[in-house]
Amino acid sequence: MFSNFDFNVIIRALPYLFYEGMSFTILLTALSALGGLVFGTALALMRLSGYKILGRIAGLYVDFMRSLPLVLVIFWFYFLVPYIGQWLTGASRPISVGAFASSLVTFIMFEAAYFSEIMRAGIQSISRGQPAAASALGLTYAQTMRYVVLPQAFRNMLPVLITQTIVLFQDTSLVYVLSITDFLGAASKVAQRDGRLVEMYLFAAVVYFTISCIASYGVRRLQSRIAILR
Amino acid sequence: MIEISHVDKWYSPTFQVLTDCTTSVAKGEVVVVCGPSGSGKSTLIKCVNALEPFQKGDISIDGIKVNDPKTDLPKLRSRVGMVFQHFELFPHLKIIDNLCLAQEKVLGRAHDKAMTKGMALLDRVGLKEHAKKFPAQLSGGQQQRVAIARALAMDPIAMLFDEPTSALDPEMISEVLDVMVDLAREGMTMMVVTHEMGFARKVANRVIFMDRGEIVEDALKDDFFGKPRSDRAQKFLSKILSH
Amino acid sequence: MNYHWNWGIFFQPNPMGTGTYLDLLLSGLELTLETGALAWIIALVTGSVVGVMRTLPSRSASWFGFAYVEFFRNMPLLVQLFLWFFVLPELLPKSAGLWLKQLPNAPFWTAAIGIGFFMSARVAVQLQAGIGSLPRGQKMAATALGLTTVQAYRYVLLPMAFRIILPPLTSEFLNTIKNTAVAITIGLLELTGQARSMQEFSFQVFEAFTAATLLYLLVNAVVVTAMRFLERYVAIPGYITGK
Repeated sequence: MFSNFDFNVIIRALPYLFYEGMSFTILLTALSALGGLVFGTALALMRLSGYKILGRIAGLYVDFMRSLPLVLVIFWFYFLVPYIGQWLTGASRPISVGAFASSLVTFIMFEAAYFSEIMRAGIQSISRGQPAAASALGLTYAQTMRYVVLPQAFRNMLPVLITQTIVLFQDTSLVYVLSITDFLGAASKVAQRDGRLVEMYLFAAVVYFTISCIASYGVRRLQSRIAILR
Repeated sequence: MIEISHVDKWYSPTFQVLTDCTTSVAKGEVVVVCGPSGSGKSTLIKCVNALEPFQKGDISIDGIKVNDPKTDLPKLRSRVGMVFQHFELFPHLKIIDNLCLAQEKVLGRAHDKAMTKGMALLDRVGLKEHAKKFPAQLSGGQQQRVAIARALAMDPIAMLFDEPTSALDPEMISEVLDVMVDLAREGMTMMVVTHEMGFARKVANRVIFMDRGEIVEDALKDDFFGKPRSDRAQKFLSKILSH
Repeated sequence: MNYHWNWGIFFQPNPMGTGTYLDLLLSGLELTLETGALAWIIALVTGSVVGVMRTLPSRSASWFGFAYVEFFRNMPLLVQLFLWFFVLPELLPKSAGLWLKQLPNAPFWTAAIGIGFFMSARVAVQLQAGIGSLPRGQKMAATALGLTTVQAYRYVLLPMAFRIILPPLTSEFLNTIKNTAVAITIGLLELTGQARSMQEFSFQVFEAFTAATLLYLLVNAVVVTAMRFLERYVAIPGYITGK
């Protein structure tokens, strides 16, 4: 069944797959994780702030995003971002922002909903004595969060945050629907051009699998180390 | 009835939990096993119906070897009742259904027969009116009495008790011990891991003292409370009886 | 914003000749629900089997469960769908591959099976955690009553484990429905796919996506409400889940 499996197709495509495709995927994953974490933490703080309206807004946003399929959200932002750009800059026509910027906005906005739930759990896992002790020392609310609560929440939740980033890494493949050349997009383009679907898709699967496996193995190591430290 | 001979159990070559344990429980006899925590007494009683595996030695119940791979363990276990420290009632089943489950699924009793038997036993432990409740709606002492009734519903030839009162609030201990005393007086064969020395004095035939995985003392009740031979048993008794 | 809104578009006929644009979206919704339901059944059944395997004492069973979960969790769903859709028919013997390619509704079956197996790994992880969260004594008590391993799972462990993991299972069910949108890439005209075709035909992009969004929110609300009722229906009186 593998009689006409052509390894050369893969080898010839390697530079394209990795320089063009994988670098896009990695960059998109890293920036989205970072942006999603920052925005997500802000949402979590809003929900826990004690201000009803702020909490309600953040909660609605999180529930809303988590109710929608990522593919639909990708389409939404793909068409919406040019109009937002026009509105922000006051231009006369919708601004074309390019595939990368559009997907980056999408993933930051989408992942923030998921990261916010993780950070919320992380903040709630910290004993009430900690912020009490910090304010007893005279720290302001912002200082308490910045120096006492958030660092601990982040540390406790690191394995979950990384696991979510692995999911994000896999989810970035969905920019395929915008015909963007991420890793899967690159593999798909070669597959169509050379008529080598089997080779390219199997190779893509192996690469995603290997990277995710190594990363989740790292998470398990990290988890057992944290478990010992506790 | 229960024969334990030269049983060794270890988790690793350096972590031995039972060392050369030998004893027996005759038909109609009540044997109390005591000792400090971590002495292996709970492990030993769990070995009796093969809830815990052991590496060396033999245990047999009513002549059937527990550690023989050919033994039908579910069948053997169904003939030996066991009561646990944390009751282990099945929380999703009503009290009466807790009593019926194994009667029907293991012994193959008809539902109405199992019900009749279950209700009779609930009546016996004084909880008939709670039959339709769920375990979480009962107090700890009531739950443990249900657990005893559940074990009795299988018509066991012997009963194993693994610290049946250790998880109970003090005011609930006696209601459970009363049931156990009645059972002992009716001639049930019992092996009981417990710290309740009052219970031991009242109904035990023999007392076994364990420490660090070994059976240090295996004596008739009066001998044990009169003049324990080992230092370790004396120390243990003085600690446990001092208040 | 110089975008020309036209909310009346939903009542104009679609170019497919299948009624209005609204009908187009509703047919997409129907396909989303059908695909999601079939995928969920596959996920629940296989995920339960694998989840139970991971909790068995047998080394090979738990290793298989581990490998299964890692296999389906570490590849993007989109890639898995491509493997089922484009690669599998090529790897089969010629005639079987041809038969598979010419199957009517191939995108539907591929999506349901692909998403089903993808989600089964997640169900397995949840169930494993649920069983693991039960006290160890529950399995022991079931075993001590003479229940076999199969009976212990069937009557004691699974009824409790599934109750405990009902809330996370609700999210996984919703994820299954949402994931059907990925099947747009293999030509399944589910809700997102139909919203996309409506946008392409009519250029009313925001109306199309707004309608799809509202329909997804509606599905979510219905599922969440239904699961709340189910949770209340199977709740055990007096039993408080660890929250």
